[in-house]
Amino acid sequence: MTVETTGARFSIGIDLGTTHCALSWVDLSASDGDRVVQGVLDVPQLTAPATLEARPLLPSFLYLPHESELSAGDTALPWGAAEGGITGELARTRGAATPIRLVASAKSWLCHPGVDRRAPILPADAPAEVARISPLAASVRYLTHLRDAWEHAHPDAPLAAQHVTVTIPASFDPAARELTAEACQAAGFERLTLLEEPQAALYSWIQASGGGWRKQVQSGDVILVVDVGGGTTDLSLIAVQENAGSLELRRIAVGEHILLGGDNMDLALAYGVARKLAQEGKQLDAWQTRALAHGCRAAKEQLLANENVQSVPVVVPSRGSKLIGGSLRTEVTRAEVQQTLVEGFFPQVAVTDKPQTRARGALTQLGLPYAQDAAVTRHLAAFLARQAGALDQATFARPTAILFNGGVLKAPQIAQRIVQVINGWLAQDGAAPARLLDGAHLDLAVARGAAYHGHIAARGQGVRIRGGTAQSYYVGVESNMPAIPGMEPPISALCLAPFGMEEGSEVALDAQEFGLVVGEPVRLRFFGSSVRRNDTVGTLLDFWGPEELVELQEIEAQLPAEGRTPGEVVPVTLHARVTDIGTLELDAVPVGGSERWKVEFDVRAPAASE
Amino acid sequence: MTESTPPSFFSRIALAFAVLGDAHLALGAARLRGGEALAADVPPREVPAPKIVEVRVEVPVEKVVEKRVEVTTPTAALQLLGLLQREARFVDFVQEDVAGYTDAEIGAAARVVHEGCRKALREHLTLEPVRPEAEGSRITLPPGFDAAAVRVSGNVVGQPPFTGTLAHRGWRAADVRLPQLTDDKAAAVIAQAEVEL
Repeated sequence: MTVETTGARFSIGIDLGTTHCALSWVDLSASDGDRVVQGVLDVPQLTAPATLEARPLLPSFLYLPHESELSAGDTALPWGAAEGGITGELARTRGAATPIRLVASAKSWLCHPGVDRRAPILPADAPAEVARISPLAASVRYLTHLRDAWEHAHPDAPLAAQHVTVTIPASFDPAARELTAEACQAAGFERLTLLEEPQAALYSWIQASGGGWRKQVQSGDVILVVDVGGGTTDLSLIAVQENAGSLELRRIAVGEHILLGGDNMDLALAYGVARKLAQEGKQLDAWQTRALAHGCRAAKEQLLANENVQSVPVVVPSRGSKLIGGSLRTEVTRAEVQQTLVEGFFPQVAVTDKPQTRARGALTQLGLPYAQDAAVTRHLAAFLARQAGALDQATFARPTAILFNGGVLKAPQIAQRIVQVINGWLAQDGAAPARLLDGAHLDLAVARGAAYHGHIAARGQGVRIRGGTAQSYYVGVESNMPAIPGMEPPISALCLAPFGMEEGSEVALDAQEFGLVVGEPVRLRFFGSSVRRNDTVGTLLDFWGPEELVELQEIEAQLPAEGRTPGEVVPVTLHARVTDIGTLELDAVPVGGSERWKVEFDVRAPAASE
Repeated sequence: MTESTPPSFFSRIALAFAVLGDAHLALGAARLRGGEALAADVPPREVPAPKIVEVRVEVPVEKVVEKRVEVTTPTAALQLLGLLQREARFVDFVQEDVAGYTDAEIGAAARVVHEGCRKALREHLTLEPVRPEAEGSRITLPPGFDAAAVRVSGNVVGQPPFTGTLAHRGWRAADVRLPQLTDDKAAAVIAQAEVEL
């Protein structure tokens, strides 16, 4: 695989996060080997009306103001007026007070298969007069802001000419990966690679070690990357192997998409304190509750950073100008933080525990599918247990080293608790404890690691993490069983793309022909598996366990009518290819022909019956 | 004192005797005749509030060098005040009458102000002590020391080097990073009125 580098002066890494974005760069011409000239772009953004500040993080929020709310001068950016809403810090603070005009967590919506991600659906609870935008368009807005900020600072190095690596959660399905790539292309990134965030974090660690990483890990090590961000938790296992005398890294397993992060934790603490205030007869309104959450976050950071602090006072300021007369004072104690955060989100659980689920009410389906079990450690246990096969181990996949990423894990007590829980599981299995790899900058590691990845890819030197597709993929076919009246015909799963397909490779499923009707879309059921790593193209599964295959959104193939008779049935086979960008592409190829038609992952959801 | 109605003839005689018997009053009358204004007639001078110091900080260094008395635009000062209000509710706190509150109540609000002011200063200024030595230690100022940064007091006689005790380390703004304004007029609104619909 070659990465075209002509003309690219920089390798740019972009962390397109649920709550924050960041852009890091490596100057390719000035970097060589382990000596890397790297920086993080301070992104100019509105922090108040008519006020511009450059900050390393761009909050991933889009605020759609009322026409009378802000003047053109209030929202001007260095590179011109902001069109159709405000991104960044001002969007976050404005939107907190007017949530009906705030687009938040666009990334979580982008990987939510229950909605049409190209349709204007955000803000989800906006009134009719607010012009909504799609999760895809919101992502384009954040990327465009970063592009404009970059080009404002580097007018001689347009982003389209640089090599750009954008990070995605390891758990993103093919549709979400493709939508991310589409957003990047819409923002004008022409030389694009997608990289999984836990891998980016590991690249950042490798770079920060300045070559010393080879002494810190050895062949046979299995690194568990735990990434707890503002809105999501992402897990990956990366094995250290030896190949022809040099160390090689291979990403062997990724976790499921878990919508659970630091914001949930801050809210949980704030609600606990609000209850305490309510018992004292002090009711908080929505504005005060947000102010309380803000105060609780600061208190939490102090309590988790210093074991000698027993309680931290928190003051909820009045909304009016009477600050002294209208403020409420309370305090957050060590016991509350311990109980709510450490025990609530990181309880001591057995490795055999599974996240608790409850049946969702039909009405909740319109929102984001937040994790139902708040215990990160239970999700971790389920992940390691499910991936036992990845390492040929009996009960669970045993890591030997742990790398943390994400702001939540800056808190030493939470980091210690996770290490303690994992080492408890290892001790029961008679295995040696896992050691903690010293992390780099937990907020910026992903962007920095992505830029570094682009640098070593451009240079063709330095260690690369191999991995390929994170899952194996299957298409549903009717099985050869007799149909039973009143029952859905049983379905078999036919493997279309095996686990670990690398960028640029292609496979063809010749064993099965599908008849496509010209001019009519044909929908196929589509499945992914993060555990069946030995299936090859054409493997037919009649039965599978509930944990083995996860049904994804249906895929759709359509033959255009040009040059054919509408209604004609054309036999096709399906080909799977992993693009250089890192997305999976499915094509329908007519038997005996050479034309290709793209099979769409992100099919417009059928019109919901209201 | 009313200037519109002059005192009557008898009152003026009484005043003359009063001046005769009171040297202090005589001095005041003499000064008045000399054209000096009475204290009460002097228009109240602007009290140099601490924010004036902040204004000086905002002035770009080269301007200070070229002219000592600089008419500054108030924008940067207002901007800093706006930041302190936004982060720390500074104006709310200072404008409120504290007389009726207990120290505990004022203390609770002061936490908001203190934490927010620290954050605002940390983000927008780089503050460093003028002198790195510990307060209370003896230091020597060489000839040609920077009198703008170090103020000597007490037994100030002779020529430097001066040796004395460092009473206050001083503060210096090593860097100022105020947000850019896209509309200068916006700075005059230190805090927007908020109306919940």
